[in-house]
Amino acid sequence: MRRRVAVTINGAKYEHEVEPRLLLVHYIRELAGLTGTHVGCDTSNCGACTVDVNGHSVKSCTMFAVQADGAEIMTIEGLAKGTTLHPIQQAFWDEHGLQCGFCTPGMIMAAKQLLERNPNPTEREIRLGLEGNLCRCTGYHNIVKAIQAAAKVMAPGAEAKTPASVS
Amino acid sequence: MAVSQMIGASIKRREDPRLVTGTGSYVDDIPQTAVVHMHVVRSTEAHARILSIETGRAREADGVLAVFTGKDLKSEFNAPLPVTVCFVPDKKYPNHYPIAVDKVLYAGEPVAIVLATSRAAAEDAGERIDIRYESLSPVLDIEKAIEKDAPVLHEEIGSNLSFDVKFASGDIEAAFREADVKIKQRLIQQRLIPVAVEGRGVLADYKPFTNKLTVYTSTQIPHFVKVWLAVILGISESNVRVVAPEVGGGFGSKIRVYPEEILTALASRRIGRPVKWIEDRNENVKATHHGRSQIWDVEIAAKKDGTLLGIRPTQWLDLGAYCSQFGTFQVLGVLVAQGAYKMKAFDGRSVGVFTNRTPTDAYRGAGRPEATYLIERVMDLIARETGLDPVEVRRKNFVRAEDQPFTTLLGLTYDSGDYTITLDKALEMVDYKGFRKEQAEKRKQGKYLGIGLATYIEICGLGPAAATQAATGVSLWGMSVVNLHFTGKATVIIGSSPHGQGHETTYAQVASDVLGIPVEDIDVVHGDTAIGPMGMNTYGSRSTALDGNAVHLSAMKVQEKAKKIAAHLLEAAEADVVYENGKAFVKGTPSKSITIQEIAMAAFQTNRIPKGMEGGLEATTFFDPSNFVWPFGAHIAVVEVDADTGATKILRYVAVDDCGTRINPMVVDGQLHGGIAQGIGQALFEEAVYDEAGQLRSGSLTDYLIPAAPDVPSFELAATVTPSPVNPLGTKGIGEAGTIASSVTVINAIVDALAPFGVKDVIMPATPDKIWHLMHRNGGSNR
Amino acid sequence: MIPAAFDYVAPRTLPEAVAELVQRGQEAKVLAGGHSLIPLMKLRLSTPSFLVDIGRINNLNYIREEDGHIAIGALTTHHDIQLSELIRRKLPLLSSAASQIGDPQVRNRGTIGGAAAHADPFGDFPTCLLALEADFIIAGPREERTIPARDFFVDTFTSALEPNEILREIRLVTPPEGSKGTYLKFSRRSQDWAIVAVAAQVSLSGHEVKNVAIGLTGMGSTPLRARAVEQALRGKAGHDDEIRAAAEKAAEGTNPQQDLNGSPD
Ligand SMILES: Cc1cc2nc3c(=O)[nH]c(=O)nc-3n(C[C@H](O)[C@H](O)[C@H](O)COP(=O)(O)OP(=O)(O)OC[C@H]3O[C@@H](n4cnc5c(N)ncnc54)[C@H](O)[C@@H]3O)c2cc1C
Ligand code: FES
Ligand code: FES
Repeated sequence: MRRRVAVTINGAKYEHEVEPRLLLVHYIRELAGLTGTHVGCDTSNCGACTVDVNGHSVKSCTMFAVQADGAEIMTIEGLAKGTTLHPIQQAFWDEHGLQCGFCTPGMIMAAKQLLERNPNPTEREIRLGLEGNLCRCTGYHNIVKAIQAAAKVMAPGAEAKTPASVS
Repeated sequence: MAVSQMIGASIKRREDPRLVTGTGSYVDDIPQTAVVHMHVVRSTEAHARILSIETGRAREADGVLAVFTGKDLKSEFNAPLPVTVCFVPDKKYPNHYPIAVDKVLYAGEPVAIVLATSRAAAEDAGERIDIRYESLSPVLDIEKAIEKDAPVLHEEIGSNLSFDVKFASGDIEAAFREADVKIKQRLIQQRLIPVAVEGRGVLADYKPFTNKLTVYTSTQIPHFVKVWLAVILGISESNVRVVAPEVGGGFGSKIRVYPEEILTALASRRIGRPVKWIEDRNENVKATHHGRSQIWDVEIAAKKDGTLLGIRPTQWLDLGAYCSQFGTFQVLGVLVAQGAYKMKAFDGRSVGVFTNRTPTDAYRGAGRPEATYLIERVMDLIARETGLDPVEVRRKNFVRAEDQPFTTLLGLTYDSGDYTITLDKALEMVDYKGFRKEQAEKRKQGKYLGIGLATYIEICGLGPAAATQAATGVSLWGMSVVNLHFTGKATVIIGSSPHGQGHETTYAQVASDVLGIPVEDIDVVHGDTAIGPMGMNTYGSRSTALDGNAVHLSAMKVQEKAKKIAAHLLEAAEADVVYENGKAFVKGTPSKSITIQEIAMAAFQTNRIPKGMEGGLEATTFFDPSNFVWPFGAHIAVVEVDADTGATKILRYVAVDDCGTRINPMVVDGQLHGGIAQGIGQALFEEAVYDEAGQLRSGSLTDYLIPAAPDVPSFELAATVTPSPVNPLGTKGIGEAGTIASSVTVINAIVDALAPFGVKDVIMPATPDKIWHLMHRNGGSNR
Repeated sequence: MIPAAFDYVAPRTLPEAVAELVQRGQEAKVLAGGHSLIPLMKLRLSTPSFLVDIGRINNLNYIREEDGHIAIGALTTHHDIQLSELIRRKLPLLSSAASQIGDPQVRNRGTIGGAAAHADPFGDFPTCLLALEADFIIAGPREERTIPARDFFVDTFTSALEPNEILREIRLVTPPEGSKGTYLKFSRRSQDWAIVAVAAQVSLSGHEVKNVAIGLTGMGSTPLRARAVEQALRGKAGHDDEIRAAAEKAAEGTNPQQDLNGSPD
């Protein structure tokens, strides 16, 4: 009782026969080999597994791979262009928005959705926008700062600043 | 040495590019072919005898390679899991093996393992194992555990009492005779689940013909794990390599040698293939140790002018089902309960008991949050009783700058500190006087604001070797190797094992500062026992005070040798050679210098170095400081309690901390942010709740609530810098300070807000339900 | 935390989906957004051997106004409801509740049909739908049927749906101009399930309360109407003391349970 799943992840096409019970997060990690998406809770609370499915951020531990058949998926690995970081990644780096880094990919994916929906959020809106993502290291202080910084850079009309590439 | 450029620089972390792109490798991310998945079948009973385990149906299931029970494996354990002295040499404790054989003592204890070709197959087969138990009544209450007729967990010990020890000094009876104010109070340190966002995980690969074992594990202590894998499984230590890859948070929860590390390695040896076990959150909440779980009773003797005369604290410590490796480290809570204050007598006691719950062990702060909670609540209780301002009570009793180095009643010596400077700064930041006015106004409008403070002091650093050996049974020191390559680039090997603390960045700053080699050219290596000498790992806010200083000292040794080589090359006397910013030159002629890169190259051309000198440019340091380090600070929280719902909102959180020299202030502040949030979690949200059957009810992150972004404010931080005199960099620890101070700071603020209701204490977590009841216990009439 | 194995179909039409359910009988379950079902399956508290994923049925995701009522397709997500201009104008109670469910990722996947069918007494939408006296349009092997909200929520996790039925649409009478509604939710953290919550929809005539409907979340085995409060408010001008007196009656006819977050008080 395997089912065929074809998805596009970060622009590349993948196709596999999978058990229907395979969770999307396991598909992404084990079959597509993209291990930047993490599992932190198994109960849909922590958001470490957040990815974009057809433009919506979802917790990939709470979706079966078969449900994503035909979908366009973006994971943390799809954000940077070569060694040029996405402005949100750059801002997390600049503002020390991470420590152990385990929550970070999901946090950044959630932040991406947040800024897409609200390009100029207040501190309260940022905090509420991240309510589905848990971080035990940073106390969120610098995550909030990072998203504020990213919002500035990403704002339409913001000076097209060339983000530093990874050295 | 040149003026320091790197110490104190908030440079961005070098760890981050890989982590923000999802390309760092945590245990579960390590590619491994032909890997076998291990599923641990765990006890569903809190206290029971195992009558039988039927594994036949599981063995036959699809994809299953093997099933093992405790009976199958017990002959392979050469030793039980380690237990350290940790302040209580005479405690009684049982031998604890990685898997239960006859009896289970907590829900979640391993009883069988399934090895299968996929995780799904292993979990499916786990459901087909039939275990019959004879249930015994569980022991779940700290005080009832040591009553006469309580069921006994460990028959060989005969009771559930592990120890009952005193730590006392001064004439406590005299203190109470002299006292105008005598207060008794019970304080609760609820049981906490550490919840690193990455659970634990192990990938073990035992090679049958070479007998070599490689283990990747999500741990804070790879070096200890190596030793104990060798001892318990009877493998030559030289054949064991343990690697802590990227580790997704620890907070003490990854500080011990765990059953699953042994079981995964043993499974790999049994079936001759690499085996992987990844803890899911369901297991994590039961299988990874918990923290706190203590009751504190305190009697306070004070004068009506606020002078503290003495305290008599008793710590009732719930060890859980076994004595964990550093389980009694939490007794430190009694040893440092004197805090930042003078008193005449101290009469402390700690009682450790076994209960049918997950073992407890170090959790961020381990003992120091409890001590701080105690003494800072004591200060507020005295203030309430005497009608004095809590700030004045603290000032009155402070150890003064001129008393430093100050020795406590129990004989611990503080290294440095003027506790008024952090307090004054924090009061100014929060506008204490202004706040008190606003508070009075708001009360008239039925709005309940509160302010709470903690002027904490904590012990950390965990070295000196002799003191730690005597107290904990483990000799602790810092270790580093600084090794220059042919082209003048450097590798720095450290004995600490970071998991978010940024050592790759800060230690490169330390080495760069001494050697003048750019940070980009310095690679910091950690967490791999195959590289460099043994290290003492990361916990107890020890890394920078120990290993960070060891890096400094190794770099100094390298610099010394570099100067010798330079003198030889420049044909000058060594005493005339100056080393600055990565260059050596003869005093007065900086234009004729040679660079460290040139010196390094010469060091590997042994014909170019002085006769009799060994080639290479490398130094190793085992750093043993003369004392612990004692960071301190003042934290202040402003809260509002909603009279309709009992909900608490933290309006402001101000913290002024002094951790000595700050190598990278950005990283220091980050440690504080996270620590403060964790303490807020204890104050407001977190509690491991068990039902009468000993089942964990708060068994997932749906029920065990850790703070999310909307639940904490932005923090207002400031620092003072009092360099520690006990290490060359002058650094102290900062990894736990936030947590140590914040839970009591928040609780003090809530109690202050509830003062109009006559409330003197609130039990953590201060849930809306509890607070609402405190506000309405007299029908709300005192509103 | 891996669900037990199951087989899976994702039909394209409602009749096909119903046919699958009929064929599989008790062992089959409908899968919509999966945000209640999948967590239960991961804990193996639910182990259906067959899932009928209705997520690919095209015409079940809509919000539209048609002759005096607002129709919401069962697959409409919490996020779509939160965002809908129409809902915001005509049924602010629903947008208000939608914005307080879980977190953004949950709202992107969870559906109103799933929330209703799941009948969680701590769910936010069921209470609103009860207060708004919604009609549930249900497709099944026989003729389509309509169940009113008061009959739909039967017990904890039990709705009036038969195992072979699919909730297709939720229909709500458009409240009169000037009618106001909101959802007040009390939880430990903002993303949590309610400890208690109140859905209120009030129509005034002049200054007088003409019509009022109040729903309560987390006060019993199903969402409840606070009939006594409604009674006490009807015809009143909504002064503070009247509201307070009415609120005193909120607990009448409820049966809250002790749990980790709160006691029945
Ligand atoms: C982390 C988290 C937090 C949450 N917080 C909240 C909260 O605060 N408040 C709240 O109200 N909810 C909350 N939820 C639940 C969420 O709203 C769910 O999405 C919703 O309850 C179920 O919708 P679904 O589409 O996901 O249904 P599913 O999970 O797909 O289905 C749920 C049940 O309904 C049945 N079903 C679904 N659709 C139909 C249909 N059209 N016809 C017949 N049967 C059907 C399924 O067979 C299943 O039994 C939370 C969920 C998560 C994971
Ligand atoms: S792993 Fe998906 S939300 Fe935690
Ligand atoms: S950085 Fe460690 S959990 Fe967020």
